[in-house]
Amino acid sequence: MANHSVREAIAAFRRAPGLAVLSAMSIGLSLFVLGTFGLVTYNVDVTLRTIERRVEVVAYLRDNVSAEQLEVLQNDVGSFPEVENAIHVSKFEAMRNAMQQLEEFREVFTDLEVNPLPASLEVQLRPDYRDPESVQRVAELIALYPFVEDVQYGREWVEKIYQLRRLGGAVAAILGIAFAVVAILIIGTTVRMAVLARREEIVIMQLVGATDGFVRRPFLLEGFITGLAGGALALLLTYGAYLAVNGSLIDLEWLPPLWASLGVLAGGILGLLASDTALRRHLITYA
Amino acid sequence: MIKLINVYKEYPRSGLALKNVSFHLRKGEFAFLIGPSGAGKTTILRLIHMVEGPTDGEVRVSGYSSMRMKRRDIPRLRRRVGMVFQTFRLLRDRTAAENLAFALEVTGARRSETKGKVQRLLAQVGLAPRAGAYPEELSGGEQQRIALARALIHDPVVLLADEPTGNLDERASRGIFELTRDINSAGTAVLMATHNLDLVRRYPQYRVIELTDGAVVYDSAGEVGKADGES
Repeated sequence: MANHSVREAIAAFRRAPGLAVLSAMSIGLSLFVLGTFGLVTYNVDVTLRTIERRVEVVAYLRDNVSAEQLEVLQNDVGSFPEVENAIHVSKFEAMRNAMQQLEEFREVFTDLEVNPLPASLEVQLRPDYRDPESVQRVAELIALYPFVEDVQYGREWVEKIYQLRRLGGAVAAILGIAFAVVAILIIGTTVRMAVLARREEIVIMQLVGATDGFVRRPFLLEGFITGLAGGALALLLTYGAYLAVNGSLIDLEWLPPLWASLGVLAGGILGLLASDTALRRHLITYA
Repeated sequence: MIKLINVYKEYPRSGLALKNVSFHLRKGEFAFLIGPSGAGKTTILRLIHMVEGPTDGEVRVSGYSSMRMKRRDIPRLRRRVGMVFQTFRLLRDRTAAENLAFALEVTGARRSETKGKVQRLLAQVGLAPRAGAYPEELSGGEQQRIALARALIHDPVVLLADEPTGNLDERASRGIFELTRDINSAGTAVLMATHNLDLVRRYPQYRVIELTDGAVVYDSAGEVGKADGES
C-alpha cells in the first residue's frame, strides 16, 4: 500500500514535471521571504544576547566595609538562583580599570591623593534571569545590605532590549503566518489541479472500493515532497542572500542547523496541510 | 440481499427523484430496471452503491444499511457490489490488463496475486488476447467487457449495470448481455437499468421493475407497494 502511494506520487511528478517545479518554486520563493526574515531575526537576537550578556548589577560598597562583611555579601549573592557569578572589584582595581578604560583622564587619576572610586561587587546573571523583573529583584535584594551604598544596573537598557526582542518576535510571527498562508494557498492550488487532472482515476478508485486513505495518500505525499522541495529551495536562496550580504554590507551569522532543518521541514508540513485541505474540498465521490 | 424500503430521494434543485420505492432483489436474481429517462433508474443504482443516501426510507445491501452506514465502511461495500456504466469508464492511459490490475492494486492486493487474477478475468470475458491493448484500440463492446471484468474483480454478490449496452451496436449489445447472463448463472445477482425494451421482451423469464417519475409502477415479481418483502 505504501509502495503504491510512493509510485503514484512519483508518477504524478513525472506526468507534470513543469507543474511540480513551478509549485516548488512558488513555495520556495514565499518561504524565502520567511527565511530572510528568519536570518534577520536570528542576527538581531544574537546581537541582543551579546548586549544582554553585559547586563549586570553593580553594588557599590561603603569604604568601611570589612573583609568578613564582604565575604558574607559575596557568598549570599553568589547563592541567589538568578546569579551566575559575583566578582569583587576592590578600590584599587576600580582605579586601575578606570585608568585603562578612560585613558584621557589618566593624568587626573594619577594626580589624585585619595582614591575616590568605591569598591564594588559586579554581579552577572544567569541567561534565563536577564529580564527586567529579575534584574530589578536582584538589585533590590542587594541594596538591603547596610554596607552597600548604591546599586546600579542599566534599567532602561534592559527594558529596551526586552521591548526590541518582543517586537521582533511579534513581527516574525505575523509575517510568518502571512507567508505560511501564501505557501498553503499555492500548494493547495497545485494539489487541486492534480486532483482535477486525475479525477477519472480517483473516481475509479472509489468505484472499485479503494479506501479514502488509499486515494488520499499519494496526493498527501506529493504535497509533502513539493513543500519539502520548496523549503530546500528557500534555504538555498536564503544562503545565497546571506553570502551576498555578509561581509560586504553587514556581518551576519548563518542560521543554526536546527533552524535551517526546521525551516525545510516546515515547508513539507505546509505542503501536507495544504494537500489535506485541498483534498477535503475536492475529493468528491463519483458522479 | 438488496432491499429498498419506502425510499424517497429529493434533490434541492430538481425535487423528488424517488417516491416511496420498495423492492427486494434476492441472491442470484436477475432484474431489469426500466423506465424513461429521468424516471430514477440511475438514482436507485447510486443509492445501492451508497454514492449518496436516501432522503427517507432505508437501503439495505448485503448486510449494510444506509441508516447506519459509516463513510469508512463504504469501500468494503463497494467491493461486494460491482458496477458498470454506459461510458465504460476505463483509464485511457492504461492497457486492458493494467486497468484490471489497477482495480486490484488500489484495494491493497499484492502484486503477486494480481497477475493471475487479471488473466483469469480477461479469459472469462473473452479478451485474453487483447490484454495489452489500450482502450482506444478496443471496440465499444470490448471496452465494456473490460469494464465488466473490472466490476467482477472482487467477486461481488451483485452487479449493477447502468445502461451497459447504451453505447453499443446490436451485435455488441447482445454479446455484453450474454456475458451478464453468464455472470448471473455463476451466482452473481444482476440489476440492469436499460432503455432497451427489445432486450427486456426477449427474456421474459427475468424480473422487470418499471419506474415512472420516481415511483415503481410495475414489478413483475408482484411486489409493488409492498414496503417490506421477506428477507
